[in-house]
Parts: sequence; structure tokens; C-alpha cells
Amino acid sequence: MEKRVVFHNPVLPYLLLAPQLIVTFVFFIWPAAQALKQSVYLEDPFGLSSRFVWFDNFVELFEDPLYLDSLLRTAGFSLSVALIALASALYLAVQADRAVRGAMAYKTLLIWPYAVAPAVAGVLWLLLFNPTMGLLPYLLRGMGGDWNHYTNGSQAMLLVTLAAAWKQISYNFLFFLAGMQAIPRSLIEAAAIDGAGPARRFWTIVFPLLSPTTFFLIVINVVYAFFDTFGIIHAITQGGPAGATNILVYKVFNDGFIGLDLGGSAAQSVVLMAIVITLTVVQFRYIERKVHY
Amino acid sequence: MVENRQWLTIFTHVVLLLGIAIVAFPIYVTFVASSHTLFDLVRMPMPLLPGAEAVNNYMQALRAGLGEGAGTEAIGAGRMMFNSLVMALGIAGGKIAISIIAAYAIVYFRFRFRMTAFWLIFITLMLPVEVRILPTYKVVADLGMLDSYAGLIIPLIASATATFMFRQVFLAVPDELAEAARIDGAGPLRFFWDILLPLSRTNIAALFVILFIYGWNQYLWPLMITNDADMLTVVIGINRMLAVGDDQAEWQIIMATTILAMLPPVLVVISMQKLFVKGLTETEK
Repeated sequence: MEKRVVFHNPVLPYLLLAPQLIVTFVFFIWPAAQALKQSVYLEDPFGLSSRFVWFDNFVELFEDPLYLDSLLRTAGFSLSVALIALASALYLAVQADRAVRGAMAYKTLLIWPYAVAPAVAGVLWLLLFNPTMGLLPYLLRGMGGDWNHYTNGSQAMLLVTLAAAWKQISYNFLFFLAGMQAIPRSLIEAAAIDGAGPARRFWTIVFPLLSPTTFFLIVINVVYAFFDTFGIIHAITQGGPAGATNILVYKVFNDGFIGLDLGGSAAQSVVLMAIVITLTVVQFRYIERKVHY
Repeated sequence: MVENRQWLTIFTHVVLLLGIAIVAFPIYVTFVASSHTLFDLVRMPMPLLPGAEAVNNYMQALRAGLGEGAGTEAIGAGRMMFNSLVMALGIAGGKIAISIIAAYAIVYFRFRFRMTAFWLIFITLMLPVEVRILPTYKVVADLGMLDSYAGLIIPLIASATATFMFRQVFLAVPDELAEAARIDGAGPLRFFWDILLPLSRTNIAALFVILFIYGWNQYLWPLMITNDADMLTVVIGINRMLAVGDDQAEWQIIMATTILAMLPPVLVVISMQKLFVKGLTETEK
């Protein structure tokens, strides 16, 4: 879409674009280009010399069992977060859509975790599951269980997954609810007259009609789990124990910023870049289709 | 509601209340923890009802939440929240300001490299901080912006989503308005200031709500570029308080700070719910 009426001025448009473009160039494009460049160089630890090594950094990366392990963990983590957050939000949205009285109050009370920072969400769950003073480990011990996410890798993973999913429920809930409210009532009523109960109406009408929303949310949730959960991991487990929660973004930060492995960290950056680009393309292609829907 | 079945209605409300309880439970426990002494907290089981120490704990958190370390003075959540506020307002205001003028240039002018500029802005969407950690840090360090508000704010204010949103808003503005303005002799800046800005007021407000939360909750970026205790944001401050090594973490103070850290963004969401929902759905288009 283009404007028919435009202004003419030889300098003004460039001046208006300058701040955005300068920030973009200095803090986005230049560093990203540097990361691309470093990913094909091998630098000595003191930064004194570097030499061109083609794709050695990538070969090394994908031969590194720790990295492959982190890749798998990230995939599992993202899928679990997306699944838990989407399923519980969808269930709550179905109920909220059905509630006649108090719908607004329910909505308000369910959306505010969106405003909680991921790292803060991590601290909340850390308190609940603290092995020495937390409430849930106490209850678990009462039932003969044992909880210590500082030593048990799968428990640590479960904890960060819960914290990450908890924070994302409100976002998904809002979009599911909006999606459901856009479905024409007449469809639902027609099905009800034909004798379809609530469960059947959901699976044959509501769920299929929600599929664009669901698909969009899957992409958003995976992006969230990949990138925005850094704060949760950093606050609760720091990637541990023994790398059990070392997801890709945490690893790239840890290897590069703490471990100062320039080439390896740059190669990791480039892999992450490829993942974001793929996800963004998927997201935008979907949005084009939504227009026709 | 299509049919009226009493048990179904009751079931609906029970599920929703349960959902709210589960969502709110971690926060409730945090609040309870922030109102007891450490001694009460570490005794098993942890209390489930608020205690009497709330005022003391919050006062201490605000004054000197992060105790003195090796060579550093104690710093309170008050100072950290001020830093977070500056960062959140700076990011929200900065993003809106530079995006709205960029969108204006792209929509209302024809010039060389217009599409190039558009794509350059689009690319930022694909380059989150996480994929360019070290080089960005180096740029900021070279520019001498470590441990400064400028360093916290400026590298984060480029925004493709905000630019796209304003582009959509401007494209929906009727051409007749620009035509009328031109006939009346208004220049491009006058048109922008007197007509487009007032027309975009609600969009700006909605975007501001989302960006304020985004800015307040930043983590990786301030973690990297702030070291000075004076420059810590409150979210990072909590993390510093937790990292006490072998010492007993002061949970009651940490929890009071946690409540303080989430109060501003949560209040913004609840009090400006309509704008918040509008902003959320519009920026994702």
C-alpha cells in the first residue's frame, strides 16, 4: 500500500530516518557483521593475532558433545514450555469465554504475570522450590519424595520449565480469548441446536477455527523459550547442575562473555541468528496467510 | 453461553478461580516471605500467612537491600528502582520517538533508498541482543558507554515493530487530510506535529505501556554493561542479592525487593489494561 499524497523535500526524509538508522547500524548491523566475521576466524586468547579458518569453528561446534547436548536440551525445553503454556492458556480461555459473569475480572487477574520480568519469575519459583525452606520440597518430603534442583538435573529442568511456562500463560490466554471471541456465535449456536455438547463443539468448531492463532502462538512461544528465558536460567540454575539447563542462549553468553572463547561464541551466535531468521520468516509468512483467512 | 446448565457454569467458575489461584500462588508466597524475619522463614515449614515484619523488611530493602561488599557501599532498592525507571522511560520514549519519525519518512516521502531503509529496519527484528553479545558489548565499551544511562538505553531503542506499527497507522490516515494540509500551506513538519501526532495518540499510549514493561524487565543487556552498584537496575540487583556464595541469603529482604521490582509494571498492566491489550495485539501484527 502506498500513499497517493506525499511531501517533497530533498533532505527531510533522510534526517527523519537518521536516528533509527544510526542506532540500527552501530548497535545491530555492525556487531552482527563482526560476529559473522569472528565466526570464521580463530583468535588467540589475548586477542593479539587471528587467522582465517574457514568453517572450522562451526565444525568444532557441531562435533562438541556439549553443544549438541545443549541443542537437544533447548529443543526439549522450548517444546515443553510451549506445550504447557499453550495448553493451560487454551483451557483457561475456553472457560473464560464461557463465563458470562465476572469475565472482565477473570481476565484482569490472569493477564498480569505478563508484566513480571523473567528473572523475577525465576526468583518466585526459586523460593517455592528452595530445597531447604521452600514449600513444595517440604510437601514432597512429607510424601516420601526428595527435591533438590541444585544437584538433580531433571528437577532443575522441570523448575525452569515451570517458571518459564507460568510467565507465558497470560500472553497466550489473551490471544486465545480474542481468537475465540472472533468466532461467530451463530456457528456455535447452530452446533448446539444440532445437539453437539461443549466438548464436541470445541473440537469440531472452535479448535479448527483457532488454528491461525494457535500457529502464531506456537512460533511466539518457541521464540520466547529460546531467547527470553535467559533471565530465568541465569537467576535459578546458571545452566547447572552439570549443564542440565544449559540452553543455547545461556551457553552463548557463558562461553563468550564469561569464558571469552571468541570464535566459538561467534559461531554459536551465527547459529542462533539462523534460528531467529527462520522463525521470523515463518512468522511473517503466516501473517500473510492470515490476511486471506 | 449457548446452553444454560447450572453445573457447567459452576464448573467454569471453579476452573477459572483455580487458574487464578495457581497463577497468583508464587506471588502470594513471595509476599508472605517478605513479611517475616529470616529466622521464621528458614524454620520448617515456611509460614503461609503474612507476618508482622513487612514494614521493617521493605524499609531495609529500599534503603540498603544490597549489603556492602568488598569495596562497594550498600545500595538500596530505591536507587535501583530509580535506575530501572530511567531505563524503562528512556527505552519507551526513545523507541517511540525515533520510530514514529522513521515511519513518517517512509510513508509520506518518496526518496532514494526508501526501500533500503525499510529493509535495514526490518533486519533488526532478526538480530536480538542474544545473537551478538560480545561485539555489541565491544561497541558500547569503545564508545565509553558502560555503566551509564546512555549505554543502558540507546543500544536498545531501534525498533522494527514500533516502526511497522506507526507505518500501519499512517497508511490508514485518509489522504484528504494531507491534501487539505498542503492546500492550507502547512509544511511536512507542521502536518506531522498538528495532525499525525494527535491522531496517533492512542497508539502511542498503547505502545508506551508495552515498551515500558519491556524496558523495565530488561535483563541480559544491563547484566552485561553495568557493573557499578550505583547503576544496577532492580531486576539485576535481585540477582546480585541472591549470589551471596556461602553466606545465608537474606530471603526476607530479597523477597521484599522482588515485590518492589514487579510492582510498577504490574500496576501499569492492571491500571491501563485496555491500552495494554491494544498495544500487545497491535505490535504483533
